[in-house]
Amino acid sequence: MKFSENWLRTFVDPALDSDQLAEALTMAGLEVEALEPVAPAFDKIVVAEVLSLEKHPDADRLNVCKVNVGAEEPLQIVCGASNVHAGARVPCALVGAELPGLTIKRAKVRGVESFGMLCSARELGLAEESSGLLLLPADAPIGTSIRAYLDLDDKLFTLKLTPNRSDCLGLLGVAREVAAMTGASLTVPHTEPVPPGDAGALPVAVAEPAACPRYCGRVVSGVKPAAATPAWMARRLERSGIRCINAVVDITNYVMLEQGQPLHAFDMAKIQGGLQVRFAREGEQLALLNQQIADLAPDMLVIADNAGALALAGIMGGDSSAVTDDTTDIFLESAFFDPDAIAGKARRLGLSTDSSYRFERGVDFAATRTALERASALILQICGGNAGVVVEVINELPQRNPIILRAERARRVLGIDLSDREISALLHRLRLDFDGQAGHYSVIPPSYRFDLAIEEDMIEELVRLHGYDNIPALPPRSALHLLPQTETVQGLDRLRQFLVARDYQEVVTYSFVEKSWEADLAGNESPVELQNPIAAQMSVMRSSLLGGLVNVLRFNLNRRHERVRIFEIGRCFSAGENGYLQPQRMAGLCYGGVKPEQWGEALRQVDFFDVKADLEALCQPVELRFTAAAHAALHPGQSAQVSLDGTAIGWIGALHPRWQQKYDLPQAAVVFELELPPLMQRRLPAFSEISRFPPVRRDLAVVVEEHVDAQTLLDGMRKQLPASVTDLMLFDVYRGKGVDLGKKSLAFRVLMQDTRKTLTDEEVEAVLARIKEVLATRFNATPRV
Amino acid sequence: MEKLEEILAQGLAAFAGIDNPADLEQAKARYIGKSGALTEIMKGLGRLAPEERPAAGARINQVKEQLEQALAARREAMREQQLQAQLAKEALDVTLPGRGAGRGGLHPVTRTLERIESLFHSIGFDVAQGPEIESDFYNFTALNIPQNHPARAMHDTFYVDAQHMLRTHTSPVQVHYMETNQPPLKIIAPGRVYRVDSDATHSPMFHQVEGLWVDEEISFANLKGVVQDFLQRFFERDDLQVRFRPSFFPFTEPSAEMDMSWNGGWLEIGGCGMVHPNVLKHVNIDSEKHIGFAFGLGVERLAMLRYGVNDLRMFFENDLKFLKQFN
Repeated sequence: MKFSENWLRTFVDPALDSDQLAEALTMAGLEVEALEPVAPAFDKIVVAEVLSLEKHPDADRLNVCKVNVGAEEPLQIVCGASNVHAGARVPCALVGAELPGLTIKRAKVRGVESFGMLCSARELGLAEESSGLLLLPADAPIGTSIRAYLDLDDKLFTLKLTPNRSDCLGLLGVAREVAAMTGASLTVPHTEPVPPGDAGALPVAVAEPAACPRYCGRVVSGVKPAAATPAWMARRLERSGIRCINAVVDITNYVMLEQGQPLHAFDMAKIQGGLQVRFAREGEQLALLNQQIADLAPDMLVIADNAGALALAGIMGGDSSAVTDDTTDIFLESAFFDPDAIAGKARRLGLSTDSSYRFERGVDFAATRTALERASALILQICGGNAGVVVEVINELPQRNPIILRAERARRVLGIDLSDREISALLHRLRLDFDGQAGHYSVIPPSYRFDLAIEEDMIEELVRLHGYDNIPALPPRSALHLLPQTETVQGLDRLRQFLVARDYQEVVTYSFVEKSWEADLAGNESPVELQNPIAAQMSVMRSSLLGGLVNVLRFNLNRRHERVRIFEIGRCFSAGENGYLQPQRMAGLCYGGVKPEQWGEALRQVDFFDVKADLEALCQPVELRFTAAAHAALHPGQSAQVSLDGTAIGWIGALHPRWQQKYDLPQAAVVFELELPPLMQRRLPAFSEISRFPPVRRDLAVVVEEHVDAQTLLDGMRKQLPASVTDLMLFDVYRGKGVDLGKKSLAFRVLMQDTRKTLTDEEVEAVLARIKEVLATRFNATPRV
Repeated sequence: MEKLEEILAQGLAAFAGIDNPADLEQAKARYIGKSGALTEIMKGLGRLAPEERPAAGARINQVKEQLEQALAARREAMREQQLQAQLAKEALDVTLPGRGAGRGGLHPVTRTLERIESLFHSIGFDVAQGPEIESDFYNFTALNIPQNHPARAMHDTFYVDAQHMLRTHTSPVQVHYMETNQPPLKIIAPGRVYRVDSDATHSPMFHQVEGLWVDEEISFANLKGVVQDFLQRFFERDDLQVRFRPSFFPFTEPSAEMDMSWNGGWLEIGGCGMVHPNVLKHVNIDSEKHIGFAFGLGVERLAMLRYGVNDLRMFFENDLKFLKQFN
């Protein structure tokens, strides 16, 4: 909502300057988004008439003009504008005038004296561009200050209205609010009903009373097609950002801005028979004023004549019945359409109009006829003509049920001590119709407010007027309880800190990604797609965090980073049978040196086992298991599925060389992606007895076929171990001299310790013999000699 | 016995002149060893007259003791010398950089969220989470925003199907939480939210923190108190002022826009209000008995103000040079 401050002040003129008024509006909930002067500061510019002109003797493009500025003698002014002509009335800056970036002095222009400057709109700061002088009407009074003549001592207010305040979509509504806030008196434009003449009437039938509870209209015949919109009205419209079209349309727009009631004028000559307010028929079309052909749906309300739809009710008129420069007889409509009947329809047609914007939010149903009378009077005054009787159809208007307001409840909700007297006074200032006292009120909301239905709405009205600034900031008082803390669940912060300590940098990437990332890195050909993506590379929801990580890697490689270690925690998305699955995951990516480049340490590229160690440490003391398995993103020989307590929780591996090449990565990256919830579980520690007897350590090396994996050997051995074995670990892998090709040597360390006695050599040897036997029989392992 | 004095002098001189342990041991053998010079003199003691023997014996012992002391002193001196040599050899350039792994860091949004969470945790707020693909019901309807409500136009929504969208705010978490928990309730719900908007000051994805407190005696004045307290602690500025301005959110009534004082003006920092009775009704909480307040804060906005970041887009570019500034 944009309007001229001077216009608003014709309705309410509080003793506040522009800034104070803006502050008052903002603090009333009508946020002033912009407050700007109509014109920059300047003075000594007056309306002038060019009396005569002759070519400059030394410059083809310049004219030497004699200009009447209202002084006794005309001034000689040199002017370069192409549209200057004798008889033109134009703004003239006198010697001493200060314009934006320019001071006017008596000057010689190519040897000819000049005593001022004829101005364009751009030079006055009224327009960005202009071609030539600002030509004023022929009756512009010579010598008058241009500021006064064009009403330039004015400011533009732009309100950012919330959807509940449709009552302020008209100047009168804003004025009403200012009056309530400041106590200034409100002047409503007084409109006597226009006495009907002999213009006749048009029958109106409302087929949809619920959608159109009130419809008023009247014929005005014999309007002068050439009538000009008065300058004051054109100015106010322009300052509200509305383009002037013709006098009739301008008047309907003007009344809409003033009263908040959208109006529509039909060309009577184009209406066949009477009017009906009905829903559109299946397949019905309408050519709208904006040249768009709308395919109407059966839930869209139209104004139709015998031949078909003429206008989309409350949204936009039709092209065929529009008022044109030849129109002499019109039918003027002022209606109340139910917000629910209008809401959403304009949007479905890709439209948003001043009219639909107001009807969707609610228009004062008690002022329908007033607006019609106001517009009729202006039309007769400006365009002449003859008004017919008002045709009015009233159905069931919206209910305004009384709202019970309890002072005690208001005090409790607001947390302030507002007395009953203060509450009554606030209700009075809001001009609300209410009864009751002693802290118990019954309030009837006005017809122009669509946002007052329950007690809380009234409480908001009270506090709005009382002033949000007058609410103290008080700490709450409540019973104190410690928050529960589950020890077997660790917070995300601990997981993050773990990775941070291991040199991972956290990143946050978009949840929507490029479709090809999903196919490449998640093997997902049918990701959840956005219906209205903002860009093609953000069109599907990620089902894996890997795409974002690879993208961050590429971004940073392009910025000359050679070593990148990153992680992200976030949700991934896929469509499941019973709705969308949105698991939280944690993923990481390592690229470049295993450690930062440093002295005394050879540079080594990060590999699978470096990252695997990070995951193992993350979950300690719980042991993760890694099983070779294939994944779309990963090198088939360097990828593993990760399991925790028998459940698969994710993947680790080197990026597949195919993707390394496609995504322009000079070296391989190692990545992992794990489900988050299992990682947050941890064990409650439980004490077990510590042995005081000496531990025994034995090393054991065996040669096995290359294809036998270490985990299988360890699992096979562990099944056979007595309780005295406290640890069994692999500590060396060897291939080469002394081991046949196709085989490898694996060395294990066995730690034994008993809690009740020192182990004897026999007992130790028996355990080793058992292990060797298992290795030999199950895995064909031979002792390495 | 004259020889005794001679041996003493020679021995002391010999020990003093030796600078390696092997020579020292040989010299020891020569003077006080089993077949050393002193032993020889001891053997000659029997040849003395009985009355001379005690004095001579005592003198021999004296000399031996002197020699042994000299020997021990020399040994100690050599050890010390050796140690000094070793230390000199082992000396490092301690100004060389330390070796080992580096250290990463948290994303500034996470850092900010952790700070927010810990501040609210300190007065007993719990953290709640919710889905990011939301149903129409949770994102709008249960929050008192029915179909076709003009407030839906305030949210430029990403849809994934006719009934589901990316949540446009963290407020749906309120509903999820209240469906499964009874008052008194005190939660914050941090997380990602999405709007169809992208320019220098808008990102299609950003973070909000929703706060909710439902109890029997909770007021608008308390809402202002908690928000002001939070902002003062977050920015570590006791002089920071909070201004509430009337506004409109369908799920709160009364509603307010929160501004905070910043560089002599006011900055919009989020929306808030008293939980609308219709929202409580949806989750079967008696609004006569319980009152609640809710607020929503923009996390990137807070991070930008706190750390002086001047471009919202940097948060999601993940340039390591940017991210490492917050480590």
